[in-house]
Amino acid sequence: MTTNPTTHRPKKTSHLLVWGSFALVLVAAPWIFGSSLALTILSQIGYLIIICLSYNMLLGQGGMLSFGHAVYTGLGGFAAIHAINYVTDHAVPLPLVLIPIIGGLAGAFIAFLLGYVSTKKAGTTFAMITLGIGELVAAIAMMFSGVFGGEGGITTNRTYGTPFLGLTFGPQMQVYYLIAVYCFVCTALMYAFTGTPLGRMLNAVRDNPERVSFIGYDTQLVRWFAFIISGFFAGIGGSLAAINFEIVNASDALSGMRSGSYLLFTFLGGATVFFGPIIGAVLMVLASVLLSEFTTAWLLYLGLVFLIMVMFAPGGVASLIMANVRVARFGKLHRFWGLYLGLLVTGLVMLAGVSALIEMIYHIQLNAAMGPEVKFLGMQLDTSSAAAWAGAIVLAVIGGAALEFVRRRFARVWGQAQEEIETEIKRKEQAA
Amino acid sequence: MTYAIELKDLRKSFGKTEIIRGANLAVAAGERVAVIGPNGAGKSTLFNLISGRLHPTSGEVHLHGERIDGMKPYEINRRGLSRSFQITNIFPKLSVFENLRCGVLWSLGYRYTFLRFLSGLHDANERAETLVRQVGLAAKRDVLAINLTYAEQRALEIGVTIAGGASVILLDEPTAGMSKTETSHFIDLIREVTVGKTLLTVEHDMGVVFGLADKIAVVVYGEVIAFDTPEAVRANARVQEAYLGSSVADAQGGLH
Repeated sequence: MTTNPTTHRPKKTSHLLVWGSFALVLVAAPWIFGSSLALTILSQIGYLIIICLSYNMLLGQGGMLSFGHAVYTGLGGFAAIHAINYVTDHAVPLPLVLIPIIGGLAGAFIAFLLGYVSTKKAGTTFAMITLGIGELVAAIAMMFSGVFGGEGGITTNRTYGTPFLGLTFGPQMQVYYLIAVYCFVCTALMYAFTGTPLGRMLNAVRDNPERVSFIGYDTQLVRWFAFIISGFFAGIGGSLAAINFEIVNASDALSGMRSGSYLLFTFLGGATVFFGPIIGAVLMVLASVLLSEFTTAWLLYLGLVFLIMVMFAPGGVASLIMANVRVARFGKLHRFWGLYLGLLVTGLVMLAGVSALIEMIYHIQLNAAMGPEVKFLGMQLDTSSAAAWAGAIVLAVIGGAALEFVRRRFARVWGQAQEEIETEIKRKEQAA
Repeated sequence: MTYAIELKDLRKSFGKTEIIRGANLAVAAGERVAVIGPNGAGKSTLFNLISGRLHPTSGEVHLHGERIDGMKPYEINRRGLSRSFQITNIFPKLSVFENLRCGVLWSLGYRYTFLRFLSGLHDANERAETLVRQVGLAAKRDVLAINLTYAEQRALEIGVTIAGGASVILLDEPTAGMSKTETSHFIDLIREVTVGKTLLTVEHDMGVVFGLADKIAVVVYGEVIAFDTPEAVRANARVQEAYLGSSVADAQGGLH
C-alpha cells in the first residue's frame, strides 16, 4: 500500500517540479483566496505544516508516539514572545524574521533536556513518559504566572523596531509570507534530513532497534538526536503561531489537547509518507476553523472520521493517494471512477442521515430551550416530530447498506487490480 | 598469545537456574568454529553473552585480549564483533540496499551525522553495492526486506552482519529452516564472505559442521566439554556418549 519515500527517490527533474509547485502554491495562495478569513486559515496552515512534519519525524520516521509535542511548540512560542518583548524593551537590533530561530533553539534546548529522559525507552514507555512530561510542564506553567502569564497568557506586539526591508509585519499578508518562507525552508530541511545517515538510522531504529545496537549504533542516542531536531522545528512552528496571534496562553498552547491534535492530524494526513503531515495540517485548520463554524458537534465528527481512518486506511490520506497513484501508474485507475462515485453518493446519503441524527440529538441535549426546530442543510428539522427522526434513520440505514454494498464491490475490484499489478511487477523483475 | 575470543569460567543464571556453568573457550584469530550441542545446552545463551545481548553472572569474555563482558552490544560491535540471529533480524521496511548501507555506516565513521547526504557518501554506497552482489541479491536491490523470501532474508541477515567489516563473526543457526540445496549454497556464501575472519557458528546439520569448521566446540549442559578438530571431536568418547552418537555416523556417511 505505502511506498517508502526513502527508497523510491524521484528523479532530479520531478524533484524540482514538486518543490517548485510547493513554492508556487505558497506564494500564490493568498492571491487566489483573497478574503481575510482565508489569509488567517493559510497562516495557520503554514506553521502547522512545520509542526506536523516535526511531529512526524518522531511518529512516522522514528516510531516514537509522543503525547507531548505541544511542550516544544508551546515553549518555543513562549520563548519567541519573551524574545520579542525583550528586544522591544531593550531596543536590540534583532528583526522579527529571526525570532522563530530563537523559538526553535528554545524548542531544541527543551527537547535536549526532556528528551534525554523520554528517549531512554521506546514504545509504550516512551509514550507514557511524554504524556507525563506534557502534563507536568502544563501544570508548572500555570504555577509560574510571571513567565507564562497564568490564565491570561503573555501578549506582545510584533511591529517593533525599524521595518525590515520595508516590512513592518503589521498587515496579516506580511505575516503570512514570513510563515510561508519558514514553511518552505523547514519543509525542505526536514525532507533533507530523511536522506542523511541519522535520518536513515532513525528509520532503522523504528523498524528494529535491537538490530541497530548490533551494528554499532546506540539506539537511545539516535532517538535523542532526532528528538532534539524535531524539537527545533516544533519551536519554530510554535514561534510563528505566537507571532501570528501575538499571544501565547499556557492553558491552550501547552495543553494535552493540543498535543493530541498534532498526533491526530499527523496520523490522519499520513505518517508513513513524508508529505502526509502537510495534508494533516491542512485538515486540522479546515476542521477547527470551518467545521466548527458549521456545527457545534464538530469534535464528534472528527472522532468518527478518525475512527473510520484507523479502521480502513491506517496509513492516512497520503497512503490513499499513494495507492491510487500506483494504480494509475499501471493504467488501472479508470476501473474505479464509477466505484468512487458510488462510494461518494452512498456515503453522502448515509452522512446526511447520521448527521441529521447527531444534530437533532445535540439540539435536544443543549438547545432544547430554544424550541424543537433545528436548522440542517437549509432545512428545518423538528425534533418533536417522529417523521424527522424516522426520515433520518431511514436515510442513515439505506445509505449505510448501499455504502457497504459498493464498498464490498470496490474491495473486490481493488484486490484484483492489486494482484494484477503484483504479477506485472514480478514479470518485469524476471525480465530484468 | 591473545585469542580472538576467549571465555573464562563464564556463568549465567536465570533466577536459580544456571544455564551456563563455567564455560571456557579460546578461539584463535582466523579459526572457523562450529558450536554444537543438544537443544537447550546453552549455545544461543553463549552467543548472547559474548555479543552483549546478555550480561554474564560471573566470568570473563575477552575480544582480542580486551575484556568485553558487561559492555553494551554497540560497544562490542565497534570493537569488531558482529553477530546474526536465529530468528531473522533485519529492517523489514527498508530495501535490501538500505539494510546493507545501515550496516556499513558506523564502521566508515559516519555515526550520527545529519549534515551530509547518504547519496554523497561514495565509500558507503560502493561498499553496500558490493555487499548486495556478494549476498546474491542484486536482482532484489530495491525490494523491501519484508517482501523477500525466507532464504533471501537469511542471506540479507548475513550481509548486514558482515557489512561493518567485523573481524569476529557469530552466526546463530544461519541455515535453520532451509532446504538441503539452499543450505549448501548458503554454506558456500558464508565461507566466501568470512574469508580471513574468525567465525563462530551454531549449527545443527552435521554435514555442514564437518564441512565448514576448522574446529568444533561441543556445548553440553552449559559447559564446553570438548574443543578440537572435527576428527578429534568425532573420536572423543565423552562427546560420543554425551551427544553425538548416531548423528556423527550419519554425517560421515554423508561425507564419503
